[in-house]
Amino acid sequence: MIRQCAIYGKGGIGKSTTTQNLVAGLAAEGKKVMIVGCDPKADSTRLILHAKAQNTIMQMAADAGTVEDLELDEVLKVGYGGVRCVESGGPEPGVGCAGRGVITAINFLEEEGAYDEELDFVFYDVLGDVVCGGFAMPIRENKAQEIYIVVSGEMMAMYAANNIAKGICKYATSGKVRLAGLICNSRKTDKEAELIQALAEKMGTQMIHFVPRDNVVQRAEIRRMTVIEYDPTAKQADEYRELARKIVENKHMVIPKPLTMDELEELLMEFGILDEEDEAIVGKTAEAEAALAAA
Amino acid sequence: MTMNRQETEQLIQEVLEVYPDATGKQRAKHLMANDPTLEKSNKCLVTNKKALPGVMTARGCAYAGSKGVVWGPIKDMVNISHGPVGCGQLSRGGRRNYVTGYSGINVFAEMNFTSDFQEKDVVFGGDKKLATIIDEINTLFPLVKGISIQSECPVGLIGDDIEAVAKQKAKEIGKTIVPARCEGFRGVSQSLGHHVANDTLRDWVLSNRDGQEPTIESTPYDVVLTGDYNVGGDAWASRVLMESIGLRVIGQWSGDGTLSELELIPSLKPKLNLLHCYRSMNYISRHMEEKYGIPWLEYNFFGPTQIAKSLRAIAARFDETIQANVERVIAENQAEMDAIIAKFRPRLEGKRVMLFVGGLRPRHVIGAYEDLGMEIIGTGYEFAHNDDYDRTFKELQDGALIYDDATSFELEAFAERLKPDLIGSGIKEKFVFHKMGIPFRQLHSWDYSGPYHGYDGFAIFARDMDMAINNPCWKKMTPPWKQKAVGADLAEAA
Repeated sequence: MIRQCAIYGKGGIGKSTTTQNLVAGLAAEGKKVMIVGCDPKADSTRLILHAKAQNTIMQMAADAGTVEDLELDEVLKVGYGGVRCVESGGPEPGVGCAGRGVITAINFLEEEGAYDEELDFVFYDVLGDVVCGGFAMPIRENKAQEIYIVVSGEMMAMYAANNIAKGICKYATSGKVRLAGLICNSRKTDKEAELIQALAEKMGTQMIHFVPRDNVVQRAEIRRMTVIEYDPTAKQADEYRELARKIVENKHMVIPKPLTMDELEELLMEFGILDEEDEAIVGKTAEAEAALAAA
Repeated sequence: MTMNRQETEQLIQEVLEVYPDATGKQRAKHLMANDPTLEKSNKCLVTNKKALPGVMTARGCAYAGSKGVVWGPIKDMVNISHGPVGCGQLSRGGRRNYVTGYSGINVFAEMNFTSDFQEKDVVFGGDKKLATIIDEINTLFPLVKGISIQSECPVGLIGDDIEAVAKQKAKEIGKTIVPARCEGFRGVSQSLGHHVANDTLRDWVLSNRDGQEPTIESTPYDVVLTGDYNVGGDAWASRVLMESIGLRVIGQWSGDGTLSELELIPSLKPKLNLLHCYRSMNYISRHMEEKYGIPWLEYNFFGPTQIAKSLRAIAARFDETIQANVERVIAENQAEMDAIIAKFRPRLEGKRVMLFVGGLRPRHVIGAYEDLGMEIIGTGYEFAHNDDYDRTFKELQDGALIYDDATSFELEAFAERLKPDLIGSGIKEKFVFHKMGIPFRQLHSWDYSGPYHGYDGFAIFARDMDMAINNPCWKKMTPPWKQKAVGADLAEAA
């Protein structure tokens, strides 16, 4: 039984870095894993493959003529720890339809038998926002059933996480997809672990792991490597191994209970991230405020 | 057995009973009994609304309206169906827009040009492919006068910038390129496609020679024929009539029309724009009046009565020479028309007709049937708006049934109850009614006959209607209502 997991989260939060590092942890434990990059930027596999950017399914299909002209071994590359890597690819920003690219690529992988029964895990690394049906493709029926949201203690990252949870509800009620946990990728904000823990509880899920910030991640990235491969003795390598172990053992799958805007703001106020809202200042220009102060 | 208004309303209620409540409530707004005294339809009829799910509608889409109706017939242009192959290929040659000329030299309308979208074009965008196609068309057919880009659905979904490609390529090849945003999912029927196409005529064609002197000299008798698509040669039968009364037709669109004629119109400033299909080309007619001061006049060349009426209305816009010509032409044709009526009227007198066509003919052909002694007992449009129904009431007898965007169930139920002697509609309806044993004529394609416009057309029209109604095969069949008690089917269905 392949466990299929999708990683979502706000753009720039560290989804690709976290995914590849934890996958390296799984591979180090002997798990057979495939990463499916679902982002036109195609940067979901570079640390595993030591590559600048992998040739993508969509680009190769375009070069070959149609996706039917493509063979699986042309697009599937094997990297560190036997991890299989594919990138869906897609257009440059502002043209075409990246969502359709994800759909086409995943259909291709299914038809070509990429979902080999020998696999233990498939990880989908999905573009920041679920902007259309294409980017929800990985969580439709018979695909990823576990979703991990990468988040940090920054306000916008938590907003995004909550919005993603709303999206999951749609597919959770019609299928088997479940929220499996929040991964806190630390930005060293105040009381970050407690805040994400509280957010997770309110959403009905767990903070599966708190990944501390460590510059070794950047040093490894410059070398196009995961931390586990670059320096297996680093403390950060233990963190990713720990995250990998927790995911292997994870049984905590829920239909999330997304927070309302008021609940979310309340939580942020409780942790001092957001100030109490002052209704009196809404819509007031600087000029009007100055006039009021003078009066 | 003409029904009065009350009886017609009663019939509508009975037919509506079959629907689920919500559907019946909506459909009721599209059905009515005619009242010729009404000036406005907006209080008694809802039109141009999305067809309901579950019913069978005869409507098309915006692409059909733009590519199929307005742009398709212009013969010296290439129309690119931009998107997957089906829309272009399946709409190719679907309308009998006759043209003169030589294929590949000055006629391109019968070929299908498509960008044949594949997955990669959706994912990476189709703009580059579009630019390549335009270059290829210009290389393969160097005599092509212009190119239009007819958007299919995916183009609108992925946000391709076809306007930018059109501008860039027009500059490079020095020809008119027209981007039409007629994606099929826009609007409720082909009607929006007509509007979109009219807007592109305004923005990408008519203004091309603004500020330039006309390339030919104008005369006081210049007119342009608008909205005749030359189905079976209709526009030719109309044009010859215009010319016989001394007018000079400087352009016709879009049936057998050319891009050059269209581009010439604003600088030449014809005295009158003669509008045949109001529904599909009223937009550009209004624009030409507002911007270039070219007045427009609707006309109807179906049957001698309407022809004479329209010719006189046209003549009233010109001098005595034209007015005298009109009287002469009417008189000259009188004998032939009388002979046609003398021959066919006795065979068709009192025959009852139901019509269901697109956006103009449900009212325009009434006069031609009446000239033959026939009676229109029901009529309706696929995609008309309220202004079309405003124009219909006074053409139609009191109590006649009116159905907007009729569903296939309604048409069948009405036909079962009204037992018409002839139904005039389209290919989608034809065989249903043939199986019911009702004579039928296609009023979109003229059943591969025509022309029906003008004096020339009336002779053919009369012959065709007689041929359909008095065809001996009908006597050899027993229609369902003669096998069962009247209304039994409806009662069972209810």
